[in-house]
Amino acid sequence: MPLTTEPATTTGQPKSASLLSIRSVAKHFGKNIVLRDVSLEIAEGEFLTILGESGSGKTTLLRILAGFEQSTSGEVWMSGERLDTQPPYRRRVNTVFQSYALFPHMTVEQNVGYGLHIAKRPVAEIQSRVTEALAKVKMTAYAKSKPSKISGGQQQRIALARALVNRPRLLLLDEPLSALDANLRRQMQVELKALQREVGITFVFVTHDQDEAMVMSDRIALLRSGELEQVASPREIYNRPATSYTAQFIGHTNLLNADISHGTATCSTLQWPTSLPDGMALFSLRPECIRPASAASAATAASPTNSTTVRFRAKIRDQAFHGATELLRVESDDGLILTIRTASRDLPEGLLEFEFSAADAIPVRASGSEEHV
Amino acid sequence: MFSRAYRTAITVPPLVWVAVFLLVPYLLMFCYSFWSVSESQAIVHSWNLDNYKELLTKPVYWQTLLRSMWIAARVMILSMLLGYPLAYFLSFHAGGRKDLYYQLVIIPLWVSYLVRAYAWKTILGTDGVLNTLLQYVHLTSHPLDFLLYSPFAVVLTLTHIYTPFTFLPIYASLEHIPRNLVEASHDLGATPAQTFWRVIFPLSIPGVLAGATFAFVLSLGDFLAPLLLGGPSGIMISNIVVSLFGAAYNWPLGAAISLCMLALVLGLIFFSERLEKKWSYS
Repeated sequence: MPLTTEPATTTGQPKSASLLSIRSVAKHFGKNIVLRDVSLEIAEGEFLTILGESGSGKTTLLRILAGFEQSTSGEVWMSGERLDTQPPYRRRVNTVFQSYALFPHMTVEQNVGYGLHIAKRPVAEIQSRVTEALAKVKMTAYAKSKPSKISGGQQQRIALARALVNRPRLLLLDEPLSALDANLRRQMQVELKALQREVGITFVFVTHDQDEAMVMSDRIALLRSGELEQVASPREIYNRPATSYTAQFIGHTNLLNADISHGTATCSTLQWPTSLPDGMALFSLRPECIRPASAASAATAASPTNSTTVRFRAKIRDQAFHGATELLRVESDDGLILTIRTASRDLPEGLLEFEFSAADAIPVRASGSEEHV
Repeated sequence: MFSRAYRTAITVPPLVWVAVFLLVPYLLMFCYSFWSVSESQAIVHSWNLDNYKELLTKPVYWQTLLRSMWIAARVMILSMLLGYPLAYFLSFHAGGRKDLYYQLVIIPLWVSYLVRAYAWKTILGTDGVLNTLLQYVHLTSHPLDFLLYSPFAVVLTLTHIYTPFTFLPIYASLEHIPRNLVEASHDLGATPAQTFWRVIFPLSIPGVLAGATFAFVLSLGDFLAPLLLGGPSGIMISNIVVSLFGAAYNWPLGAAISLCMLALVLGLIFFSERLEKKWSYS
């Protein structure tokens, strides 16, 4: 559908000086196109997350940055120098691998010192930097252990220390937390973010976990079928999703397919004002933006078109308890099904009045293949 | 769980097999090595250490043993030098042709040992392929006689025969190296050569040890290659054992040599397995 007024989104320009510049990178494996025309600027000291489902091409993009894959077309530049023509061992880029890839025949200490050893640093310097790096990841006690003797979480810290000890310009992390259990994972997310602030190195973090991306990143680059869907800060990408795919992938949402005529969007019995031109348009309405209407406001229910608050009547179909909030699925009079997140407890049975603010219905571009109402 | 009868049914046959074809023959050989042969060519069942004394006192035996070990050592080194690069190439650089190359390496194993030994005889002989060629291109004026009936011919043939045996365990150990370790090494600044010596080679040592043991032990006990291609200067210890059990009709002495060889080989295998364990991390 034609949309003359683009939703307020950014193409994701970084605030400070650009460290890494990915320019129209594409990658084909035979007939299989894994990345098509990806362009992205990454700032010095930024924590950028490449988020995407499996098969979206996120790991391939990371491997192109590390030098393990050659892009089919496009260029990668780092601080004014061409990066993608360099072999991996000449790039000031280090990687934390998904499965850690610690050298099994070396001790923890030897693993961490490997890069410095290869760079022929003086022995005293290697020792002090390895000691410092191990202290930073709280693994000093395990310096003489072999990787097979330590746990997954500990191996993860060693892999991080092994990369950081070389003081790279750019650190790539390939789903480094995916093998950890939920609690350790949350703890590591916080630690990793704190560590990144402390060392000030640019992190490019790959994950399929949108919560992880939201918690840790300065910006999220959402990748879908080899193309960037949206690049923005976690808040912006959540509050102002550019496309229906983004809205659905990051958090839950209700997609409303509305008919616009004379500044009023109509979807089923719901009506709200909009500045979009006439025609069909897709809106994203977050479940937490819909709330049970208070009795007082319900009594003085105004016409929806001349108010920014939209009210509707629906009955609860089912509800799921999520601790702090509850997720309700409600069905309006004419069969429109919406998801609502609410902190309210003990909602009465039967038909209820709900409301949302018209400003919370965000117009989004259709990505195709979405489920909407 | 499995019934008692079922467990008996599956465990007894291998035990019987091992007993009849392994333990009993070894036991017989052990006994023979302490017996002797009378003037009238009969086995005398009187226990003594004479056979072992003879082995220690007569230089021909331990000299032949030393020569056999020297030949085996050369075969081991040559087959490693051929087998390792081959395995490395296949494992890391053969790409989609890996399986094809693998089969090409394995195919010679399907050809009879005897055929391959005879093939070398045809190649190395005085009127053989190699000498004819050398004279045809005028590199030599008369046939080179060190090519056949020499330790050289034995080493060459055994190397050809046992290189696939060293290739296989090395290839297996290289295939077991997670490729992300190689990537991690490159990522940390190591060139391909540094990565090979610091990561790939140390992790392939179990395969190298297994391959070296195969080549050495199999060559040490070989008797066909020296018989067909060795000549008088290429005699190996197994040829002596064969003649003692055959024409010379001195089973007790043959058994004593065999037991010494067995002890040597078991010692080697034990030692190599200890080393392999020390170098494996899976």
